[in-house]
Amino acid sequence: MKMTGAQILVETLIEQGVDTVFGFPGGMVVDIYDKLYDKQDKIKHILTAHEEGAVHAADGYARSTGKTGVVIATSGPGATNLVTGIATAYLDSIPLVAITGNVRNSMIGRDSFQEIDITGITLPITKHNFFVHKISKLADVVRTAFEIAQSGRPGPVLIDIPKDVQEAVFDFKKKPVEKPEALPCCDAKDIDKAVQLIKESKRPYIYFGGGAVRTGLGEDIVKLADKLDAVIGCSMMGLSEIPSDSPRFLGMQGMHGRYASSVALAKADLIIALGVRFSDRATGKTEKFSLSATKIHVDCDRAEIGKNVPVDLGVCCDIKDFVKCLTKAAPQRKNTEWIKKVDQLREKESDAYEGLPFLPRDTINIMSDIVKPDTRIVTDVGQHQCWTAQFFKFRNKRTWITSGGLGTMGFGLGAAIGSSMGTGKRSVLITGDGSFGMCLNELATAVTYNVPVTIVIFNNHALGMVRQWQKVFFDGRYSNTTLDRKTDFVKLAQAFGAKGFKATDKESFEEAFKKAYKVKGPAVIDLTIKTDSVVLPMLKPGGTFNNLILRREDISDAEK
Amino acid sequence: MPKNKIIIAIYVDNQYGVLSRVTAMFTRRGYNIDSLTVGETESPEYSRITITLTAEKNEKDQVVSQLRKLYNVKKVIVLSSEECIKRELLLIKVRNTEEAHADIVEATNIFRTKIIDFTDEAISIEATGDSQKIDAFIEYMKKFDIIEMCRTGLVALDRGGANIWSEHED
Repeated sequence: MKMTGAQILVETLIEQGVDTVFGFPGGMVVDIYDKLYDKQDKIKHILTAHEEGAVHAADGYARSTGKTGVVIATSGPGATNLVTGIATAYLDSIPLVAITGNVRNSMIGRDSFQEIDITGITLPITKHNFFVHKISKLADVVRTAFEIAQSGRPGPVLIDIPKDVQEAVFDFKKKPVEKPEALPCCDAKDIDKAVQLIKESKRPYIYFGGGAVRTGLGEDIVKLADKLDAVIGCSMMGLSEIPSDSPRFLGMQGMHGRYASSVALAKADLIIALGVRFSDRATGKTEKFSLSATKIHVDCDRAEIGKNVPVDLGVCCDIKDFVKCLTKAAPQRKNTEWIKKVDQLREKESDAYEGLPFLPRDTINIMSDIVKPDTRIVTDVGQHQCWTAQFFKFRNKRTWITSGGLGTMGFGLGAAIGSSMGTGKRSVLITGDGSFGMCLNELATAVTYNVPVTIVIFNNHALGMVRQWQKVFFDGRYSNTTLDRKTDFVKLAQAFGAKGFKATDKESFEEAFKKAYKVKGPAVIDLTIKTDSVVLPMLKPGGTFNNLILRREDISDAEK
Repeated sequence: MPKNKIIIAIYVDNQYGVLSRVTAMFTRRGYNIDSLTVGETESPEYSRITITLTAEKNEKDQVVSQLRKLYNVKKVIVLSSEECIKRELLLIKVRNTEEAHADIVEATNIFRTKIIDFTDEAISIEATGDSQKIDAFIEYMKKFDIIEMCRTGLVALDRGGANIWSEHED
């Protein structure tokens, strides 16, 4: 059937099973929007306040559903506003297809109005990108883009379509959606080697990350840990894949991870790393990382194996297949001493900071108790993010949505909107006054679409995480981290058409949260916390987990 | 770990923008390219890029794995220095003077290079060979007055019947 390029794009999106797209119109995508107008029954378009909000929403949609997020923006500034969001998705391996318009082929290269080389700009932050020269290629480019975004290690793909290609007419034939190529299964030799290493170990530790979330590996990891009598920890990207109260689970490890998890990692003699990349935030100084431990690393991306940390056994295959085969092949182990040692670490951890009153943690505990298991917990970036990662009790999979790799402040609100749009469930956005200030314009979107999102602002009138570094490493010289703003977040919420609440302590927060959680659309809670609250434990940059700072009073030691 | 000279041959889609995708990977990951050549192949659909770099084993493994992830990259092999034939081309122009003239001609003969342009002002010479021979020739020519020179990067193929699709060790 003869169709215009814009129509072919929309039809191919429908063919790929896309039912929701996020975006913002403009001159060079006006043809695409015209054709979306015809297909409102098939594709819901969410209009955001800013393209950055749209791309974070598409990302949040992808994280909470496992499907590929789609975002549309116009040429020039529309396209460049996507850049932070595309990089966020790239660093966390999130499947995303970004569609941008561009000026006509004949105008390319002349610095035309709103012309930008977005394929050049996004080259290092996409899995691949396309500039569609000819309409004859368009449909297959879109299909290939979805395949690339979803296959192997997922990631963002950008398609740049000049206006004349959107207008041109070509024959379109539907094609059945091809399943992405299956990942290779594990090799019996690797399983044998792994079993051998397991037999030689007495202190096994399973470390998993985003790859485990992608493959739904939680139950399999627990079974493997039971067989090996191992403990389990994860990177920030792995959270919510295993219920937080799972007995062998020690929580997130790393620079601001849980104490027991990080120290156990340092003390382990065997680390089985599944779908992780040994990020510096998760490992501390990579050169010094668990030097004495034997390491097995399994990932679907060969380039990750040995990239940051040398390993004894590196396997590139389907991690689910590997874990299942290994669980079958491994002998039942008993590591009583190791488990006892880890229990001691847990005790030390709870003695250090679980007994004392601490508003950020108490707040997160209150939320953990109130929210339904399927509520998506979304964060921005900074202290509030670390506290939530440490203390929130996750029960369901894919309920933790955060920018782990890029650490994008301003990610949260867009991502929360996208999560709720994708799942039809409520999202709770835990944010800080600094992060929230970056993209709060999306409150307008949340109100327009009546998105069920409860926003909790940990308001310390400061850029807390940087301030914490200034406190510990820069002698308390608080350069530009005090937010001497007069923003009234309650009134701000009301001005946007949302509900606003104020809280200053545990009791008033609990009351406000119960109310806010029941509001149908968006609601904002402005929670005042202390300006000098710190995230603990804390790893000195370049340090190892053997010298983790656990207590407030130990901070001064770190300065020495 | 010791650093070695490594020759990597890459088969890529013959499309615009592919070379920048390949070189952008090196830039982004902080690897330095010693030489790079790109040109047509026996198939019009593909181009062949030959890159040489100095790297330790880890770096080499990373470069190869990262290249293999690029969508337009069809095949990446590491050529073993002993098991491949390799050539570079040099064009060098030296000032022609009465005193130097005979020595320059003699040097071109000894190095088995070729004079391709000869005027009262200058002598231009073409040299092909592996990198060591080119290095040696340039070194010798330094005793004359070099006006300008340019050299290509290395091109290399497997010895014997082996080719880019044969099995290679990384």
